[in-house]
Amino acid sequence: MTKSITNNSQSSIQDLQPLIQIQQLSLSYKNKPAFQDVTFSIPQNSITAIVGPSGCGKSSFLTCLNRLSDLIPNCQVSGHIQLGTVNLLSPKINTTALRRRIGMIFQKPNPFPMSIKKNIVFPLKEHGFANAQEREQIVEEVLTDVGLWSEVKNRLEDSAMSLSGGQKQRLCLARALALKPEILLMDEPCSALDPISSGIVEDLIVRLRHKYHYTIIIVTHNLAQAKRIADYAGLFWVEEGCGRLIEFGTATQFFNAPEHELTKAYIQGTKG
Amino acid sequence: MSRKASSKLINLDQLFKVVIWLIPLSITAIFIWILSDIVIGGIGQISWAFLTTNPLDAGRDGGIAPILVSTFLILAVCLVASVPISIGTAILLAEFTPNQNWFGRLVRRSLDVLAGVPSIVFGLFGNAFFAQTLGLGFSILSGGLTLACMVLPILIRSTEAGLRAVPQEYRLNSAALGISKTSTLWHLLLPAATPGLLVGLVLGLGRAIAETAALIFTSGYVDRMPTSLLDSGRSLSIHIFDLSMNVSGGDSNAYGSALILILILLIINAIAAWLGSKYNYLYD
Repeated sequence: MTKSITNNSQSSIQDLQPLIQIQQLSLSYKNKPAFQDVTFSIPQNSITAIVGPSGCGKSSFLTCLNRLSDLIPNCQVSGHIQLGTVNLLSPKINTTALRRRIGMIFQKPNPFPMSIKKNIVFPLKEHGFANAQEREQIVEEVLTDVGLWSEVKNRLEDSAMSLSGGQKQRLCLARALALKPEILLMDEPCSALDPISSGIVEDLIVRLRHKYHYTIIIVTHNLAQAKRIADYAGLFWVEEGCGRLIEFGTATQFFNAPEHELTKAYIQGTKG
Repeated sequence: MSRKASSKLINLDQLFKVVIWLIPLSITAIFIWILSDIVIGGIGQISWAFLTTNPLDAGRDGGIAPILVSTFLILAVCLVASVPISIGTAILLAEFTPNQNWFGRLVRRSLDVLAGVPSIVFGLFGNAFFAQTLGLGFSILSGGLTLACMVLPILIRSTEAGLRAVPQEYRLNSAALGISKTSTLWHLLLPAATPGLLVGLVLGLGRAIAETAALIFTSGYVDRMPTSLLDSGRSLSIHIFDLSMNVSGGDSNAYGSALILILILLIINAIAAWLGSKYNYLYD
């Protein structure tokens, strides 16, 4: 359903259909609200950056989109998230199928304690890829996509723990890509990496997005990065002890002509 | 500070150092004394024949073949019964009951109490329940099952600790890839908890193999070669106890048996260490 727009390169960003509509989304831990009343739409095949200071609920917001919030004890989510024709927050949603469509990359690269190859093969097997040859092919494909193939092709059976931080993060990206998701959630994917690895991962995000038409939602602390890669940007801010969406718009407008005073101050570095 | 006072302090430091060294040294010395006593007394007895022949003259003469077989059978029954139950309970405690859950707390508290129960009580329980109520009689099965009850708390708690030590990120990453909870447990969490399980296994087996009180009332005393799990069988530790307490002139064979017991313990330790490192290499 989300593959309908494929010739995106010719259409301007503003023409895109909203893919995810978020309405009055709130999340609280043990009755203490993390963020409240968030409403905005994420267009298809775009990169949306969510920025803001620590503790404003950005990461919590991301976990609602693939229902990982279900796993966090005492976490309550209310509101409405519409993806196509379904409400993501409905209890009837098959979260396994949902999380296959919506991949996630975490801040700390966390490959499983298995071989490099098995890190990719294990989720594939779980999702019914029974043909070993097909799995091998996917392993090579996704590792090539993240630029890791030439580095690890001779040691695919080595422990993934032997990789460097940047390589681990690219492996995690490859692992998510292997399932052919339509949407990628990224929770500060570069913040635990050194500047060079961070640059490599950032370039990857942009390249892969053009190649596979992903819709990417990225939470980041790094304003310069958000400015470089995002089509849309939103600012989360803590007001009265609770995170809120202060402003959301196209990246051009957000960074060049922000409407809200807080956004202005945050971008100029006088606040946050 | 005057020179006198500071030299007094130095002397105090020296004294402290000596005391700190003496305590572990004396503990090690006791261990070495026991070990060398057993080795010196037992090494002369050990031979292929000792391991492969039946005891003669109430154990004063001959070997320990049936006793070794009974010991291994009792341990095997104990492991087969206790390992699956332990892993299951540990999974329940670590993955499905939050820390504050009343049921989890009840189970944990019961296990702690169980761990502190004297082995003679387990022996009497095993006799009443397995031997009499279930009609298994004095048998290797009764003995092994009684030992299983005894090592359960150790196995469960160490496996639970192993599971809890697995970083939460693995569970989140796994869920984010749409991997089911069962697969996550089987392919990710249990392998990661294996070192913990092995530590528990070594501690549990160590306790089981050294056990006499719990076995006297359950697996019995008979030193014949067992022909089935329902036969009575004498374990190594009971053999040692019997030879040294009830049989005059049985000392040398008691030494030999004790040495074999210690060697078995060392082998179990080595196997566990090897398995642990094999499962652990992926985490480096």
